[in-house]
Amino acid sequence: MKTILTGNHAVAYAVKLSRVKVVSAYPITPQTTIVEKIAEMIAKGEMDAEFVNVESEHSALSVVYGSALAGLRSFTATSSHGLLYMYEMCWWVSNSRLPLVMAVVTRTIGPPWNIHTDHTDLMTLRDSGWIIAMAENAQEALDLTIQSFKISESLNLPFAVGLDAFVVSHTAEVVDVPDQETVDEFLPERKQAYRVDPNDVFAVGNIADNLETMRMRREMALDMEKAKGVIDEVGREFGEIFGRRYGLVEEYMVDDAEYIVVMTGAWSGDAKEAVDILRKRGIQIGLLKLRYIRPFPREVIERFDDRKILVVDRSFSMGHRGTLGIEVGNVVDCKNVVAGLCGVDVGFEDFKEMFERFVRGELGEVEWWI
Amino acid sequence: MEWLKTLISRPSKGVSGKTGYWRTFKPIYDRDKCVLCYECYVYCPENCVEIVEKVVKIDYDFCKGCGICSEVCPANAIEMVKED
Amino acid sequence: MDLRCVLLPGNPSCQGCPHAIGLKALSVLENPIVVVPAGCTTIIAGFNPKQSIDLPVVHVPFASAPAVACGLSKAYDNVVVWMGDGATDIGFSTLSGSAIRNDNILVVVSDNEAYMNTGIQMSGTTFWKAKTTTTPAGKREEKKDLALIMLMHRIPYVATASVGYMRDFVRKVKKASKIKGFKFIHLHSPCPPGWRFDSSKTVEVARMAVKSGAWILWEYDGSFRITGMSRMFRDKSKRIPLTEYLRVQGRFKGLTEEDVRTIEERIDEVWKLLDVLENTINKA
Ligand SMILES: Cc1ncc(C[n+]2csc(CCOP(=O)(O)OP(=O)(O)O)c2C)c(N)n1
Ligand code: SF4
Ligand code: SF4
Ligand code: SF4
Ligand SMILES: [Mg+2]
Repeated sequence: MKTILTGNHAVAYAVKLSRVKVVSAYPITPQTTIVEKIAEMIAKGEMDAEFVNVESEHSALSVVYGSALAGLRSFTATSSHGLLYMYEMCWWVSNSRLPLVMAVVTRTIGPPWNIHTDHTDLMTLRDSGWIIAMAENAQEALDLTIQSFKISESLNLPFAVGLDAFVVSHTAEVVDVPDQETVDEFLPERKQAYRVDPNDVFAVGNIADNLETMRMRREMALDMEKAKGVIDEVGREFGEIFGRRYGLVEEYMVDDAEYIVVMTGAWSGDAKEAVDILRKRGIQIGLLKLRYIRPFPREVIERFDDRKILVVDRSFSMGHRGTLGIEVGNVVDCKNVVAGLCGVDVGFEDFKEMFERFVRGELGEVEWWI
Repeated sequence: MEWLKTLISRPSKGVSGKTGYWRTFKPIYDRDKCVLCYECYVYCPENCVEIVEKVVKIDYDFCKGCGICSEVCPANAIEMVKED
Repeated sequence: MDLRCVLLPGNPSCQGCPHAIGLKALSVLENPIVVVPAGCTTIIAGFNPKQSIDLPVVHVPFASAPAVACGLSKAYDNVVVWMGDGATDIGFSTLSGSAIRNDNILVVVSDNEAYMNTGIQMSGTTFWKAKTTTTPAGKREEKKDLALIMLMHRIPYVATASVGYMRDFVRKVKKASKIKGFKFIHLHSPCPPGWRFDSSKTVEVARMAVKSGAWILWEYDGSFRITGMSRMFRDKSKRIPLTEYLRVQGRFKGLTEEDVRTIEERIDEVWKLLDVLENTINKA
């Protein structure tokens, strides 16, 4: 059914369609309307789940950690300071190899207080063992959320679905909301490697041998590699059922491109328009949208090591360069533009100018687009 | 899923081995004095006191020799004796 | 009293460990799941692939236990949090939030009045003037009264207990397990290395705390009442001298007579307060 939804409400509908049983969250702008919508659907009896009001994000993730351990499909959502406040639990969840899903509406970290988009918050999850995706628009937010449960549960790794503050979270768009039967067909009942059960006496997480623990981390690293195949496979299957194909990346006119721009998130839409304009002028430019930050689509990027590459970043690693600039730069040579931090608007005109300067060879190693 | 065996642990006696080796004093039970009040059983932190057929049995493999059983015994039926 | 062996022999607890005694009470619960945050019990629980607690245990970060238990309670009855006093400092909002939601869990705080696992640092429940590694000259602040704070959350069950009076504690655990909603038990747990007394004296020191009136056993289940041995010690003349309780502990070395008098006054204050509660919150 086609309807008009904000990105946040699209996530809420996806959570409902995924038959989530426990939701716990703490309010923070711009995440709030996701959980408000879920609370409303539960209160109206449209969704069969329990909503747990907590006193902090640390507890929000702790509650869903408990319910997921018990075998219940669980979901939370947060932003920025909320994500940082629950940081300890983020790692506890992934190191427990526990499947669950969290929406992260990317927002600037203060001070000064700022509620607008910036990817730096989401990037703090990079090393933790969470699968990290970034939605471009409300439709992707819905579709990725539905896929996230399947991917998370088949790999025993938690999944963070990122969406840009306001640009996606609060912008209403036409969204195709699938019906329940079709989603049920795509998404089977929850599975997980182990489940805490009063009738099965074991402990989870007690002190273990150093070497065994390191082996556990290596297995997690290998499963993250495996996740690449799973993500593409699940994305393909999703495409067959719902008509919208997904995968680690979206390739936009890259095959014959001499110049490739790499970026992630909502602004990729504006950037694609700028690519179109340059293409009309005969410039062979394309765009590689990273839909996933973890696992990192290294092999895809490697394929383009004979092209000129520009990474446009909405997050920065102090003392080095843009976060994605570092990541992509580890695979291929690239220029790096840091733009749109702290919610600064970057539109079609900016991209046009940026890409022109890139093609003319005018960009330095790291440029701040201010 | 090799990791599961590192994440999950099953109950077992003797996690720290035979903790009887920690002992410097050994509780010695005197059946004649015992009034079967169960205090030693209730308070032994190690759960190594059992009362079987009205006789207190101490599992010396694991008894750490803390001396609590002797302290709580109202009949002075358990004496702490230095290990040799 | 039949106590199934919950903590298996040969575990890493110190000689005379109060947590080890207290854990026995969990044996009266039907099919419990135990949630354990960082603390001495993390060690006591043993090392992979073995564990020394013969119940399902979920180890969790220091500040998270009641919230994780809340999540588990969405699938199961009889979820128990077993935590230290330190976990009620760092996890105070978690504990309070869980109580406010009236989560269907039982929280037992085994209070050894310091952060023992990290090497005897002071906590919010460390006794005034007690020496710890971070208060080498004695703690300057008062012990926070957790159980009374929890009582004010208007939850269905709150009690204090002591490892010196296991029958009273076991009765309270049993009673709590039959009540739906948030149950809280504050267990007094004297720790031999932390308080500096001989390992044989754990139970005796715990009893001296009660007999001197310094630790008071009470219970709230809709009505508030002093329970067990503490009923007798309402009468001050029946109490043992406070100094007996204090002097047996190395952590109070150097306490002056004036200090003891100050502590006595504080104790009198608490008794007066509990007296009021008993006369006020009383359904009968
Ligand atoms: C966030 C965090 N900070 C600090 C620690 C280190 N730490 C582990 S246990 C502990 C103290 C535990 O004290 P308490 O809760 O009283 O339990 P006890 O060891 O006394 O039984 C501390 C500070 C930790 N595990 N996590
Ligand atoms: S000495 Fe301690 S460990 Fe040994 S039986 Fe007595 S109480 Fe138990
Ligand atoms: S405490 Fe003493 S009297 Fe009581 S059962 Fe044990 S040995 Fe016997
Ligand atoms: S330090 Fe105290 S509480 Fe901790 S294990 Fe040792 S005796 Fe038990
Ligand atoms: Mg403590």
